Amino acid sequence: MQSSVIDLETRDVQKHYGDFTAVDNVSLQIEKGSFFSILGPSGCGKTTLLRMIAGFDEPDSGDILIRGDSMLGVAPNKRPANMVFQHLALFPMMSVAENIAYGLRQKKVAAAEINRRVQEALESVDLASSGKKQISQLSGGQKQRIAIARCLVLEPKLLLLDEPLGALDLKLREHMKVELKQMQNRVGTTFIYITHDQSEALVMSNKVAVMNNGSFEQVGEPADLYYHPQTSFVAGFVGDANRWQASVSSVSNDSCTTAVANGPQLRAKTAGASRLAVGDLADVFVRPEAIKILQNSQSPAETDNHLQCRVVDLLFNGANSSALLEELATAKTIHVALPQTGEYLGLQKGEQLQIAWSPEQTHCFKVDS
Amino acid sequence: MKQQSALFFWLLLAPFALWLILLVIIPHIDMLGIALREQVAPRKYVFSVQNFTEFFTEPLYWRTFMRTAVMSILATAMTLIVAFPVSYFIAKMLRGRSKAFLFLLCLIPFWVSELVRTYGWMILLRETGVISNALQYLGLVSGPVELLYNDAAIMVGLVYTSMLFMVVPLVTVLESLQDDIIEASYDLGGNMWTTMRSIVIPHAMPGIVSGCIIVFMMTLGNYLTPNLLGGKDSLWFTEQIYTQFITRFNWELGSAFGILLLLLSSLIVWLGLKLSKQTLTSTMAS
Repeated sequence: MQSSVIDLETRDVQKHYGDFTAVDNVSLQIEKGSFFSILGPSGCGKTTLLRMIAGFDEPDSGDILIRGDSMLGVAPNKRPANMVFQHLALFPMMSVAENIAYGLRQKKVAAAEINRRVQEALESVDLASSGKKQISQLSGGQKQRIAIARCLVLEPKLLLLDEPLGALDLKLREHMKVELKQMQNRVGTTFIYITHDQSEALVMSNKVAVMNNGSFEQVGEPADLYYHPQTSFVAGFVGDANRWQASVSSVSNDSCTTAVANGPQLRAKTAGASRLAVGDLADVFVRPEAIKILQNSQSPAETDNHLQCRVVDLLFNGANSSALLEELATAKTIHVALPQTGEYLGLQKGEQLQIAWSPEQTHCFKVDS
Repeated sequence: MKQQSALFFWLLLAPFALWLILLVIIPHIDMLGIALREQVAPRKYVFSVQNFTEFFTEPLYWRTFMRTAVMSILATAMTLIVAFPVSYFIAKMLRGRSKAFLFLLCLIPFWVSELVRTYGWMILLRETGVISNALQYLGLVSGPVELLYNDAAIMVGLVYTSMLFMVVPLVTVLESLQDDIIEASYDLGGNMWTTMRSIVIPHAMPGIVSGCIIVFMMTLGNYLTPNLLGGKDSLWFTEQIYTQFITRFNWELGSAFGILLLLLSSLIVWLGLKLSKQTLTSTMAS
């Protein structure tokens, strides 16, 4: 599916609002046919970036190219990119079919051709018989599909999606995630999807850019971001993680040992560009599912990190159940995943136990001063 | 408890009901009665439609009547054309304080009475007025020019008087149009013109119609502005009614004119609603 054609490129794009830097030197390349997500907390500049790609805002500096053509000074109605808005922005004064036909009518496509393509678009989103309906008669998921069909009927080079699943209830959102991914596979259009929901980004995308404070922290495949975070922010934002602040006590090639104040020694892998030196303050992360609860008879492996804990609470949530533990020495709270395999059924509140995990699954980043 | 709330309901309704019955319904019934009678001897009246036949046989009356209707429709249309961009600017382009400020600017003229505002126009437009003097000073005209006492002056005065009553419903309805809907129209390839025609105006229709109804009724029933700015030639139908009641003491004919004016405005509003495919309820709710 992937080819080497670059559909969208941004070069050192910057956008300021007064003193506030919304987008700071963002450069990216998106290959044709990929599902690219920009993931970040609200206020990180992802919406501003998307609006600059769509043409509603102009960058202060830098360049935006779609298929190699600079889009600077090109009005939104002249760009080969269409947007699915956060609140969908379907036209309530028109019927479903008129909504889809709107873009084609602007292009002065012949009436018969419009009818044919509108019907095709409706069929492609399984709403073939809904053309005459009013927008208010559609359910949330149907509105979603019409908003996407309204863009795709124009055969854009890019489809921009601005958190369109935000307004849906949980069940429908889960369903739409899969549907969107499959739809993208089918049509092959390049999707650029922005969201603050990491699960949406991880499930749907070929590539995810994690954005914070106006710039990209890390760009990579979902699994890459999850297992090999390159910055402290990515480790904390993508997926759940337990986090300690500790000072570095020794450094070797790709690993280090850190000491938590009045607490345990933690061995960790040093990741990415962060150069650690002895005495540096560091963030240490470990995922809840990387931690093993040891049975009475077991003893931790020589190199593993291990802690003595007490069970504070058990949070049952089916496959996502976890235990809330408290480390005995520092009273630090730790989340540990509880696989529902029956192994941990006997766990009781207040029980003392030992946990352990491998340094390979521990990530350590220098704290920026 | 239930009885008490019913009592409150009637108490709250009472002022409005009294106003409606005493000042609107009873006078109109009485007016209809007066319009449909003829004096045959001192203090002796009989039923007759003679007042209405007189209206249709005397060209001055029904020509003035039609002229007033056409001018009012024209003034309403012009008010809409002037007020729409202003309202769009206030509702969609401005934010925060500048929005409130501009809205206030539209309101300020209404702090002085209509009479004073109309005199303001007279000071500008009369032969020895500001504009005439300025034109002479700039050497664009050789002698004083009279800009008052013509249809254009009436039009200017009517549009000016009606502006606020068009701007308020328009701003309200345009503010309820979400920005992303306008953006979506541009995103899908629409330009300013198609966005206005297919998105903004259909959305604003209830506001446009309610603004037009208010302005049309105000203009049709206006007495002061046409009289002062148009002078003797203004030929506004309300002046005919005034003449019958006050100058000629012909209450019968005056009442007939009043009834006809009511019918005319109802008819034109009904036509306007039909043409714009709106209902009175949807319009008034906006």
